[in-house]
Amino acid sequence: MTSKERFEALDNRFDIMRRSKIWFAISLLIIIPGIFSMFTNGFNFGIDFTGGTIIDMKFEQKVTLGQVREVLNEYNLGNATIQLSGDESAVESSNAVMIRTVDLEENERKAVMASLKEEIGDYTVLREEKVGATIGSELIMNAVMATVISWILIIAYVSYRFEWRFGVSAVLALVHDILVVLSIFSFTQKQVDSSFVAAVLTVIGYSINDTIVIFDRIRENLRLHFRKGTDLYKLANRSIYQTLTRSLYTVFTCLFTTFALYWFGGDTTKDFAFALIIGFFSGCYSSIFIASPLWVIFRTAAEKKKHAPKPAAE
Amino acid sequence: MRKDCLGKLLAAIVIIIAVFAMFIEPLALSIRQGLDLQGGTHVVLEAEDTPTAQVNDDAMERVIRIMEKRVNELGLAEPIVQRQGARRIIVELPGVKDPDKAIAVIGKTAMLEFQDEDGNTVLTGTDLKEAHEQTDQQGQNLVGLEFTDEGGKKFAELTMNNVGRRIAILLDGEVLTAPNVKEAITGGKAVITGQRTLQEAHELAILLRSGALPVKVNIIETRTVGPSLGQDSKDKSVFAFAIGLGAVILFMAGFYRLSGIIADISLMAYVILLLAILKLLDATLTLPGVAGIILSIGMAVDANVLIFEHFKEEFLSGKSLRLSMDAGFKRAFTTIFDSNITTIIASIVLFCFGTGSIRGFAITLGLGVVLSMFTAITLTQYMVKNMIAANVFTNPKIYGINELPEEGEVNKRDK
Repeated sequence: MTSKERFEALDNRFDIMRRSKIWFAISLLIIIPGIFSMFTNGFNFGIDFTGGTIIDMKFEQKVTLGQVREVLNEYNLGNATIQLSGDESAVESSNAVMIRTVDLEENERKAVMASLKEEIGDYTVLREEKVGATIGSELIMNAVMATVISWILIIAYVSYRFEWRFGVSAVLALVHDILVVLSIFSFTQKQVDSSFVAAVLTVIGYSINDTIVIFDRIRENLRLHFRKGTDLYKLANRSIYQTLTRSLYTVFTCLFTTFALYWFGGDTTKDFAFALIIGFFSGCYSSIFIASPLWVIFRTAAEKKKHAPKPAAE
Repeated sequence: MRKDCLGKLLAAIVIIIAVFAMFIEPLALSIRQGLDLQGGTHVVLEAEDTPTAQVNDDAMERVIRIMEKRVNELGLAEPIVQRQGARRIIVELPGVKDPDKAIAVIGKTAMLEFQDEDGNTVLTGTDLKEAHEQTDQQGQNLVGLEFTDEGGKKFAELTMNNVGRRIAILLDGEVLTAPNVKEAITGGKAVITGQRTLQEAHELAILLRSGALPVKVNIIETRTVGPSLGQDSKDKSVFAFAIGLGAVILFMAGFYRLSGIIADISLMAYVILLLAILKLLDATLTLPGVAGIILSIGMAVDANVLIFEHFKEEFLSGKSLRLSMDAGFKRAFTTIFDSNITTIIASIVLFCFGTGSIRGFAITLGLGVVLSMFTAITLTQYMVKNMIAANVFTNPKIYGINELPEEGEVNKRDK
């Protein structure tokens, strides 16, 4: 088989490009309920965003929720969240306790901790965090700024190296990925903290990288095979299959390391790894099923305009 | 068969594996660890305007100097005091035994005042030369003060004018002690009594020695990680790192055979280089930073995958192994470059807007992308070229190519 035949034989494979409506629908099936959930359930924001105090402690003997709750009630901290951690989520008593309250003053926190020691028993502190409420709103502002600025820079770079339609398609795929990650985090109510912001930005980095590799191939094929009237759907489809092995291998190796982090890494990076897993899946999906079809739709519309000035006749 | 090429290939492989095996552990352990890994306390302070004292650069610099003094006196290994933005200061206290005490020492304004009975302030902390904790003959814990020359005169005057009356010594507006003046004190020395323990006297002495803060400072964030949690995070990260690296190595070897093993060797060099540069930059390795390193291993092989896929394509179009590899590297380069620049843009933005540990993550991510490009283009290229030139491995299956070019385009020499 010559390379030309090989290239054309790719047309026999499953046609991804002409089924773009199906792919868009699949994504919307996650994103629309996701947006609904964001407005109704919102997110489980960590203290990085809301401000507050977290005390993670390990008692010398097993304690129950009620014991801890009783002590907190003495300080009017009735709406504090208390979590016992153990092998099962339904443990009734455990050595490890995590308490999350509103932002406590130093001496208030000390008093609570002294009472816990006095009334329940001795413990060691694993982790203790206090974040003022002002920091949270700054963090959200910075995260939004960082995301938007990275989008603008990416569009600028891609427009410079490719053409603006590639840039816009790539960024729409990024918006898609972020919405998917946010949707899943709203559904699962997993915690959104500052490492979540880092995860989202990593996903942006990964997804754009993945998209550009396909676009790079489309660009190359445009140079080699494009003339007036070329079927862009076919061309994009071939480009996707030419890069498919790479797309899959790369998402595999990235998922290996993120799953390793998720299963074997510390508890504090679990949600971070989870966000990355969702993001990598979505990023790989969106490069093939969102970004590329979008580009074809944009470019085909532009070609029609250029070559058929008369009103479109089907 | 060319022995020199085979020799170069084997030498490169042996050297990289040996360096990796010998240095990975000591190198990884020698990089400074963040508080979330080694345990310690992280405090963020924010200066606040008051009617009497506005926050400006000069005031902030004085606050930092005072903080440095206070923190140094806590006797920790490597404390950090750092300004962040216009009015914030970050204090990091690795391995601190009693975080509560440390936070208390950091957060105090430590404005010392000597007042007469009418509430007029006669002396302040700036008149002090020295302050030390001591225990007197009765076993009472106290802080001994030594005034400057001018302070000594003021103090003599204050005591002279107030014989038989009370004077008050205040810290941050709270009365520490209010002794009765029996006679004028002219020696330029005084003591503050009423300290319950010697430790308490010691802390007060630190505060008085380092001086009062020129502006009001609030603690807006504290994070303490106990040593056991830090150790636990470290152990788990090392394990996740090993599993992640192992999985990627097996995957590449399985799908690309000998080329994949070459990519794995490059990956080892990548890990060592990444750690070495982090060490050179004197970077602090935080938990998100470690997560970034583990993650970057998955991303780092991407450049190799791109090269091998282009190579495969070129080979199937009928070129010889050597020409296919040359063309593969050439074509892959633009792809690698364009796709990685965008990731670098994302990590730079992350670095500019992130704080603390997020910045550490951005550095490892950005550095990882640059280094993975570098190792793929230099090391993988060098080894693969020598491997092909050695002419020992001529079966394309060895390079992960399972289909064969049909028709007469195949270069017979390679068959």
